[in-house]
Amino acid sequence: MAQLILNHLTKDFGGGRPAVADVSLTVREGGFLALLGPSGCGKTTVLRMIAGFEHPSDGSIDFGERRLSDASRALPPERRNMAMVFQSYALWPHMTIAENVGYPLKVRGISGEAWQASVGEALSLVKLTDYAERRPAALSGGQRQRVALARCLVTSPDVVLLDEPLANLDQHLRKSMEETFRIFHERSGATMIYVTHDQAEAMALATDVAVMSEGRLMQVAPPAEIYARPEGAIVGGLIGRGSVLRLAVPKGAPRALEWPALRAALGGIGMEGAGNGTVRDVLVRPEHVRHDGEGIALRVTSCVFEGERFALTLSLSDGQLLKAYGDSAIAPGETARFVMSRGWLL
Amino acid sequence: MRAGARPAAEPRWLAPFVVACLFLLCLLPLFSLAKAGFAGLVSGHSIGVLMEPATSAAIRNTLLTATGGMVVSVLIGALFAFAVALTDVRGKLTLSFAFMLPMMIPPQVTALAWVEMTGPASPLLKTLGLAPPLGSPQPLYSLSGISLLLGVQHAPLVFLALKAGLSASPRDGVEAARLAGATPFRVFCDIVAPLSLPGLIAGAAIAFVSSVGNFGIPAILGIPAGIAVLPTLIYARLASFGAGTFGEIALLSSLIAVIAAAGLMLQQRALSGKDYRIIGLSGANAAFSLGRFRPVVELALVAILFSVLVAPLTALLASSLVPAYGVPLNWQTVSLRAYEEILFRQSMTLKALGNSMFLATSAALGLLAVSVPAAYLMTRRKGMLANALGILIEIPYALPGIVLAVAFILTFAAPLPLLNVSLYGTIWIILIAYFSSFLAVSLKPVMSAFLQMDPSLEEAARLAGAGFLRRMRDVILPLVAPAAGASIILVFLIAANELTVSALLWSAGTQTLGVAIYNLDDSGSSDLAAALSVLVVMMVVLLMAALEALARYLPEGVLPWRN
Repeated sequence: MAQLILNHLTKDFGGGRPAVADVSLTVREGGFLALLGPSGCGKTTVLRMIAGFEHPSDGSIDFGERRLSDASRALPPERRNMAMVFQSYALWPHMTIAENVGYPLKVRGISGEAWQASVGEALSLVKLTDYAERRPAALSGGQRQRVALARCLVTSPDVVLLDEPLANLDQHLRKSMEETFRIFHERSGATMIYVTHDQAEAMALATDVAVMSEGRLMQVAPPAEIYARPEGAIVGGLIGRGSVLRLAVPKGAPRALEWPALRAALGGIGMEGAGNGTVRDVLVRPEHVRHDGEGIALRVTSCVFEGERFALTLSLSDGQLLKAYGDSAIAPGETARFVMSRGWLL
Repeated sequence: MRAGARPAAEPRWLAPFVVACLFLLCLLPLFSLAKAGFAGLVSGHSIGVLMEPATSAAIRNTLLTATGGMVVSVLIGALFAFAVALTDVRGKLTLSFAFMLPMMIPPQVTALAWVEMTGPASPLLKTLGLAPPLGSPQPLYSLSGISLLLGVQHAPLVFLALKAGLSASPRDGVEAARLAGATPFRVFCDIVAPLSLPGLIAGAAIAFVSSVGNFGIPAILGIPAGIAVLPTLIYARLASFGAGTFGEIALLSSLIAVIAAAGLMLQQRALSGKDYRIIGLSGANAAFSLGRFRPVVELALVAILFSVLVAPLTALLASSLVPAYGVPLNWQTVSLRAYEEILFRQSMTLKALGNSMFLATSAALGLLAVSVPAAYLMTRRKGMLANALGILIEIPYALPGIVLAVAFILTFAAPLPLLNVSLYGTIWIILIAYFSSFLAVSLKPVMSAFLQMDPSLEEAARLAGAGFLRRMRDVILPLVAPAAGASIILVFLIAANELTVSALLWSAGTQTLGVAIYNLDDSGSSDLAAALSVLVVMMVVLLMAALEALARYLPEGVLPWRN
């Protein structure tokens, strides 16, 4: 077991901007890293470079002391002792479930009793023992997913890669699979890298979240930290449902803004030179905006019932939009008073 | 870790191997053709052939019959394609299967069957009492006869091209037009017709090019009437071998290549600006309901099938069963003598059967060794190399077989360097020419299997630790096996019946089935030719049925008569 180190990793497919540009990060031993970003941000390319399916144009990938890839040479995927759950699961349709799961063992020359035992154990972990002799076509989507996971489990790989593994499953199945992944991570102790565009998945599963955008790594931090203290407007906009406001903030203000500071900044909108500071991006999360008579008057532009609460969109005096949650409906067009208990200077 | 190991999925030898094979099969013969043609122009021995009246007559005849054939193909092929793809006629699979048969039946057999059906000596007409008086001319021995049969032979090509375009046309587009208030006729004119135009143009172009290069039909219908087209002219020139022959046939086959290329270029011009990307759900299942006209349309389709397929084949069968030329067929006269003769007496037909089986089996199996690595390389490696290989493969596919045959004669007429052995006149030159001719046929099913295979299946095997040969054996070959089986049967089917290439390349002892049928007919033994043809048709139907039985396991688009 060792750390997985990406060092200035770059991949240029030769069309305009590189797909991955100068990504450096270290995944700690046994860590569970979520690579999060919108589609086309380069996260899958990073994953495929770690697996060895793509060749980096620059930079390197190391696993502990071992160099896996750099611009001039690369260890082929078959000798990396990694495993991957593909978005399409990649089960071999001509093999039974047991043969699929046991194939990595077969390639390693393990057969007979030892093979039977390992495959049986892996299948029982994903609760598919009864399906051992079936073919993948006879299984449901969730079951196929579990077969793919069992195939990763069977050889105790150093690194397990997951490429949007829940993208093709329905909402209900996703929740139970998230649980399976978590148990899998605890048991195997393998380093796991999980590519997703769904931030809820990333937050729920990972020990660390890496946010990518347009090929660049924006920030790496544990989930709670990246939610509370995002760096830059891109991460701030991507994580959670907060609004990024352009507000004049005094120089030297702390990054965590309280209501008095926010009220002063909001009051300065539209008044030339009134705000004695520079205009900065301020992230305000909807759960920190509440309907309160003490607050500042804002116009409600929309109100949508979401089941557990109402999602409001509020309009500042200069037209900037702010999201808020409320317990009761407020008709669009009405004005109400709101307090912003917290803001975060990006 | 081994220094310099690359993440590329394939071993180093694979790309050079594929490139070398494709160079040998696709590019080398073309070079020889160009070289000999150029030498013929320069030396002055052969240039005269271009000025001869016989050549200009052959060019005219080639253009006339190919154009006529194209028109007939488009009329019949479009009718069937529209009916099968767009309407609710019954028995679509059977109709498609039957309609594809004329393409699979070798052209010389088609020609023979039609001759047996129509002439004054037709056993069928005699039996029915409809035969024209003896001595009246055979109506098919004419330019229009050749055109008609070329049209029948190649109508399935138009059918296929058009059906592919139509089944990709958006059903929602048709439904949206109906909701917008258009009558079915307006929908057809405004939506379906423009969308199917590219397929129609492509089909017409293929039919034209195939007609230009066809040898079997003009050989059987044209030679007795003294009508020469370019392929039969080349055949005649090669038979009367002289000093300038190589240059002459190189120039004549270059003419065919030029006409074919002009046809394809015309197609490109006609297609430009007509790239209608299909947006929305495709799958036009019975977009139009025929209502009370359905029986009428069905009857018309069956009537066409009857006259282009059932009637000629019945005539062929009848001819093979009569004891002697010109005798009407009835319960008293029916005899299996012709079959006895070809199967047990004539050593020539048995030899031909053996040769064709050897050639077809070797070509079908041997090509797989080229097409599987080539398909693998072309689907896994994007970019320059894959594009270049794709173009290389298209060359022998687009060239008429007769041109290819001439190119191989020119390539292998001289002894091989180093070995000092000449392939010319041996069966091996036919085999190599078959490899070249049928590479595209062999490649297509395998290629579609690779294209439809999720690449992550192989990647998963790599991560599981399997090296190249191991992955090939455990994962890739099992998955492409059905398509490879289809590829073997398709190549076998076409190679076993082939005439155009072997007509030029055979010599004593290396005749093929196609050559045997042609020679039997040429020497007046039309009953024996008919009997051999009946056996060939039976083999074709059996092999197609075998493919049909395999259909469930095949990737989409491998079997032409299925959707």
